Amino acid sequence: MEWFMSFPHLDNGSLTALKKAIDSGFRDFTRAWGGAIETFFDPVKWFLIHTERFMTTTPWPIVLGLIAALVWFASRSWRITLGSVATLLVIGFFDMWDDTMKTISMTFVSTVLSIVIGIPIGIAMSRSNRVQALISPVLDVMQTMPSFVYLIPVVMLLGIGKVPGLIAVVIYAIPPIIRLTNLGIRLVDKDVLEAADAFGSSGWQKLRNVQMPLALPTIMAGINQTIMMALAMVVVASMIGVQGLGQPVLKAIANQYFTLGVFNGLAIVGIAMIFDRASQAYGKRLQKHQEVVHG
Amino acid sequence: MAEHGIPIEVRDLYKIFGPRGADFVDAVRAGMSKAELNEKHGHVLGLKDINIRMPAGGIQVVMGLSGSGKSTLIRHINRLIDPTAGEVLVGGEDVVRMDARQLREFRRHKTAMVFQKFALLPHRTVLENTVYGLEIQGLPRSRQEEEARRWIDRVGLSGFENHYPNQLSGGMQQRVGLARALTNDAPILLMDEAFSALDPLIRVDMQTVLLDLQKEIRKTIVFITHDLDEALRLGDRIAILRDGEIIQQGTGQEIVLRPADDYITSFVAEVNRGRVILARTVMRPLAGEPPAGPSIGADEVLETVARTMTGASVSQACAVDAAGKPLGILDIHDVIGAMVSTQAPQHV
Repeated sequence: MEWFMSFPHLDNGSLTALKKAIDSGFRDFTRAWGGAIETFFDPVKWFLIHTERFMTTTPWPIVLGLIAALVWFASRSWRITLGSVATLLVIGFFDMWDDTMKTISMTFVSTVLSIVIGIPIGIAMSRSNRVQALISPVLDVMQTMPSFVYLIPVVMLLGIGKVPGLIAVVIYAIPPIIRLTNLGIRLVDKDVLEAADAFGSSGWQKLRNVQMPLALPTIMAGINQTIMMALAMVVVASMIGVQGLGQPVLKAIANQYFTLGVFNGLAIVGIAMIFDRASQAYGKRLQKHQEVVHG
Repeated sequence: MAEHGIPIEVRDLYKIFGPRGADFVDAVRAGMSKAELNEKHGHVLGLKDINIRMPAGGIQVVMGLSGSGKSTLIRHINRLIDPTAGEVLVGGEDVVRMDARQLREFRRHKTAMVFQKFALLPHRTVLENTVYGLEIQGLPRSRQEEEARRWIDRVGLSGFENHYPNQLSGGMQQRVGLARALTNDAPILLMDEAFSALDPLIRVDMQTVLLDLQKEIRKTIVFITHDLDEALRLGDRIAILRDGEIIQQGTGQEIVLRPADDYITSFVAEVNRGRVILARTVMRPLAGEPPAGPSIGADEVLETVARTMTGASVSQACAVDAAGKPLGILDIHDVIGAMVSTQAPQHV
C-alpha cells in the first residue's frame, strides 16, 4: 500500500539525471549562442544606456521641467502636472533622485519596447483566430509563471545586468498590451467595418483608418497596464543587477532596514501615480469626440 | 462632374448560408423549400432565384419585412456577401467574377453605400467622414475637401463640418452618410434601409431630399425598405421580397392595382391610393372636343388631380402629356372612385 500513502514518483536518480540533462543542454546552448544573442540585443542596450545617461547626467531642474511638460501635454491638467512636480520634489529632497531617474528610464525603455513588439503581435492576433489560439496560452504562461523563474534562463544566457533585466521586465509587462490590442480591434463596430469595405478600403486602409483609431482607447488601457507592470517588475529585476529604486529595497530586505524600504517603496508608488494619471488622462483625451452627445 | 447611373442586372441569384451552401443549389432549384433545407441539412436559404433588371438612372426599391433577404440582396450588388450561384451584372460586368483587386476598384469607383445605422467613423468630424471615399481612392486632399464641402452643403449641413457624429441628431447623421456616399460620385447608390432608423417626419424630409437630388444626379439607386409608403414614394420600380423570393415586381401603381397574391393585397390595403395611381390610369378616351377647364398632366397622382379639379370647381378636365397634347378626359367621379375603391379601375 505504499503507492497509496505517498505519491509514486520518478526515482531520484533518473529525476536528477533528467534535470542535469536539461541544464547541461541549456548550458551548451548558452555557450554556443550566448555571444550572438548578446550582440542581437546590442541596439536595445545602446538605447537603454543612453536613456539612463540622459536622465542621470542632465541637471535635475531640466529633467523636472521636461517631465512636467510631458505630463502637461499628456493630461492638459494643472492638478496632475503640479502633483507630479511635487512628488518628484519630495523624492529628490529625500535623496532618491538618481535611483528614481534610473527606474524611470528603465520603465520608459521597457514600455517603449513592449509597445513596439506588443501592438503588431496584438494586431496579428486580432486578424486570425489561429494566431490567437497559439499566442493566448503563451501569454497565460508569461503572466502566471513566477517572475523569478524566468530570471534564471535570462541570467544564464546574458549574465547579470541591464539587458537581461530589461528582457525580464518586457516579458512580464507585455501581455496586457498584446491582449488589449487584440481585444480592442476585435470589438470594433462591425457596421463601421462594413462601411469601410463598401467604400473599397484595402486591409491596410481599414487598419489605419478604422480599426486602430476605434481600438485606441482599449489599447491605451493596455499601455497603462503595461507601464504599471513594468514598474512593478523593475523592482524585482533589481535582483539581477538592474539599478534604481529596487536596489535599496533589496538591501532593506536583506538587512531589515524598515525606513529605507518604506522610503524607496513610497518613491515607486509616487512615480507609478505620475505614470498612471498622465497616461489615463491622455487616453481619456483621445476619446474627446465621444463626450459631447447630442441631446 | 456627376456620373450618371449605369444599369444593374441580377440573374438567377441564389444564396444559401452554411458551410456547404453550393451543394444544395440544385436541390433548391428542384423545389426544396426553405424549411426543408433548414431541417434536413441545417442550411439557411437566403435568396432564391432572384432576377431583377434595374434600368440606369432609376430608383429600384426592394421591399420586404425583416428576414425576407432584402439586406442580403443589396449586399450582393457590391459583393459584401458572396452569392452561392448566379450573376450580378453592373454595366455589363459580372461582379461575381471579380478578383479581390478588381472588386476593390469596383467598390471605390462604381458604388457608394448608405447604411441603416449610419456607420460613420465616430472619431472623425463630418468633413473627415465625408471625404472617406475619395481618401480611399487617393485623391489630393484639396479635391477631397472641395467635393465634400459641396455635398455637405447640398444635404443641408453647412456649418457642421467640424462637428463629430455624436453631436448630431439621427437625421443629421444620415445626411452625413448621404453626403459621404454622394461625394464618391459613383454611378450606383446603394441605400440599405437608409431612413428606417429616423423619426417619421424626418424620414419624409430625407425622402424629399433624396428625390430632389435624384432629379439632378440621376444615379442608379437601389433602395431597401420595409415600409410600403416609402417604397411607393421613392420607387420608379419596386420588387417585393418574401422568404428570399421575389413575389412581385413592377411600378408602384402596378403593385397597388394588381397585387400578385393575398400577402401583397394585405400590404397594399392600407396604402393611400390617391398618392400612387396616376391620372392616365383613370382617364377616359377622348371623344370629340376636350372639355374646357384646367389641363392636368397625365402622370400626376390622383390626389393632386382631385385637388386641382375641386379647386377649379370642375367635374371634368383634360389630361395632357408632357408636351400639352390632350390624351383623355378625367371625370371627378372616376378620380375619387379610384382613390377609395380597392378594385382596379374598370377601363384600365
